[in-house]
Amino acid sequence: MVQGHSDDAETMTGAASLIRSLERAGVDTVFGIPGGAILPAYDPMFDSQQIRHILVRHEQGAGHAAEGYALATGRVGVCMATSGPGATNLVTPIADAHMDSVPMVAVTGQVASAAIGTDAFQEADIRGITMPITKHNYLVTDPAEIPRVVAEAFHIASTGRPGPVLVDVAKDAMQAQTTFAWPDTLDMPGYHPTTKPHGKQIREAARLITSAKRPVLYVGGGVLRAQAWPELRQLAELSGLPVVTTLTARGAFPDSHPQHLGMPGMHGTVAAVTSLQKSDLIVALGARFDDRVTGKLSSFAPGATIIHADIDPAEISKNRVADVPIVGDCKEVLSELIVAIQAEHAADRQGDYAGWWTQLNQWLDRYPLGYATSDGGELAPQYVIERLGRIVGPDAVYVGGVGQHQMWASQFISYEHPGTWLNSGGLGTMGFAVPAAMGAQVGKPDSTVWAIDGDGCFQMTNQELATCAIEGIPIKVAVINNASLGMVRQWQTLFYNERYSNTDLHSQRIPDFAKLAEAYGCVGLRCDKADDVDATIEKAMSVDDRPVVVDFGVHRDAMVWPMVAAGTSNDEIQIAKGMAPDWDRED
Amino acid sequence: MSKHTLSVLVENKPGVLARIAALFSRRGFNIDSLSVGPTEYPSVSRMTVVVDVEDSPLEQVTKQLNKLVNVIKIVELEPTASVQRELLLLKVRTDNETRPHILQTVELFRAKVIDVATDAVTIEATGSTDKLEALLRVLEPYGIRELVQSGVVAVGRGARSITDRTLRPLERLDRTA
Repeated sequence: MVQGHSDDAETMTGAASLIRSLERAGVDTVFGIPGGAILPAYDPMFDSQQIRHILVRHEQGAGHAAEGYALATGRVGVCMATSGPGATNLVTPIADAHMDSVPMVAVTGQVASAAIGTDAFQEADIRGITMPITKHNYLVTDPAEIPRVVAEAFHIASTGRPGPVLVDVAKDAMQAQTTFAWPDTLDMPGYHPTTKPHGKQIREAARLITSAKRPVLYVGGGVLRAQAWPELRQLAELSGLPVVTTLTARGAFPDSHPQHLGMPGMHGTVAAVTSLQKSDLIVALGARFDDRVTGKLSSFAPGATIIHADIDPAEISKNRVADVPIVGDCKEVLSELIVAIQAEHAADRQGDYAGWWTQLNQWLDRYPLGYATSDGGELAPQYVIERLGRIVGPDAVYVGGVGQHQMWASQFISYEHPGTWLNSGGLGTMGFAVPAAMGAQVGKPDSTVWAIDGDGCFQMTNQELATCAIEGIPIKVAVINNASLGMVRQWQTLFYNERYSNTDLHSQRIPDFAKLAEAYGCVGLRCDKADDVDATIEKAMSVDDRPVVVDFGVHRDAMVWPMVAAGTSNDEIQIAKGMAPDWDRED
Repeated sequence: MSKHTLSVLVENKPGVLARIAALFSRRGFNIDSLSVGPTEYPSVSRMTVVVDVEDSPLEQVTKQLNKLVNVIKIVELEPTASVQRELLLLKVRTDNETRPHILQTVELFRAKVIDVATDAVTIEATGSTDKLEALLRVLEPYGIRELVQSGVVAVGRGARSITDRTLRPLERLDRTA
């Protein structure tokens, strides 16, 4: 098939064609580091009026920054690296973006086509390496293909179930003369995402919703990717169903809303976990029945009929068999579901969930999220995070690392708006927070962006503070410093007889995070007393011309509760060590 | 476990075989046999994959395959509604005494002798997996010196073509028009 082109063909180098293609794809920011094989692309990029290149300190930082940019703005994030080690350093963020369906395009330089396969200097088969962790990837050796490949890459990354696409370009393809011609149409016979749901399935779902006694809306990250939060709220209020939002969906439905039961899963609220467990109907929207949500799968929600809506047909019935499968974009699914429920109501079929809400409200009242303060008066990490959320407010963007602090940040900050909680869910990538916060801040320059990081995570990627200081990206970082790999330590406390093998990082002694921050050109603050928390946060908020790092020295024995131990049933949820909820108590 | 034969139409692009093979391995499925070749459309290749799985993992692997951008279409061919063939090349030890018996077996199975030496014959046979297994059982006592076998290729019975609807917009080869 002959493809149409809108531009008159123009002669230029492959590298210039690459940059022009990125411009045509609407790119305004690229996070990257140059090196031998990608060097030709950096020359025309130098002249680009449209693209701001942010020179990071490690390619992993570039990848997570692209993710943070994408998660905060909904646009495709772009990162760039050279061949070999540059490209392999992108592997972790690419895998992260793949697990959490983050739209991203990674551009890498490859050794010259004649050298491919010869174990040349800085050669790595990055297309082969990233095959299982990208939505699709390309190796370009013919410069004429560059515009088409870039156009396809952005289309694939941003449509259907979003995800990362890697474009590997051989150095000689960038150096050769070629013609730039942007394709008007794309010819991909194997790529046709289904966005419009099946009407019959929607009507069946509506019928089940109005006839259920104990239904729950199980909302996953797909609702955020589809920008379907207005429809979600409308459906929830129209139907009266309770809502749970997963770790990657926090903010899709306001935490303050009376129908919100909180987060389900391993560290979810009692109300959210138990509502799913006892439900007779689960309406899963852009969620994937992840093991961290279901606990032991065979005992998950044993009495529930499952309606499962997702844009990816492979997610439906992958873990839990769906009774009503709906393939479609969540925005369209929810819009059509609203109409179908209205039709049910018009036919005088209203759902009656009064008894269910009585039960749910009891769980909400009796088992709110909480935490114990330490006997020795040390600072409680949950208190720090709770105060941060309260003082900074719901309009800021919060970016989590991975571990205890991530769970507390999900639990103790009230998310009222979509795109205000960014974290690494599926892959669980420590080191995500600082570079992703940097990317989010670049995408949303007028927002306050707080990274909430652990002392373990922070030491994996904090080199990007240099990038932030130099490029004028004033992120704020709260290091929840318990001087240990806290979540691992919690498991050692609970499951390994308190034998703390290799989880003590000594990071209240080395390094000095405040001095480290100063060395990076940031403001460094320290706080280890509850009485100083508010003033320290206020002080950090008053800085707007450079990044701020606050080292919060906290109690290391604090644990994340509630908890469903890995591999056990959600029925085994504990609200504190050895304490199960009292199900039989009558009020 | 049960055998399933999948016909997979893919774009004829570099790396497609690697993507498909890697997907089977990553999702924990064993491929019994796999064959790849051209179709009546130059831009499209056809793979025939035989897998040994239960129905529900088969559905999952089919969905995962469909997600590959270069995969155009997947059809499961039921044994009763399709013709399935594989090719066997076989070198059997012979002498003047055993040669007539071997040639008779070749005839009975409608196979062919494609090379003869004083102490061996090379036989070409096509057929279903069952037929080729039967041929091997009969020839085994004479001494098999070497054996090479293709994967299964399969096509649905009747006039309908799995390429008809999906690939109509693509250019066909002249010779098949």
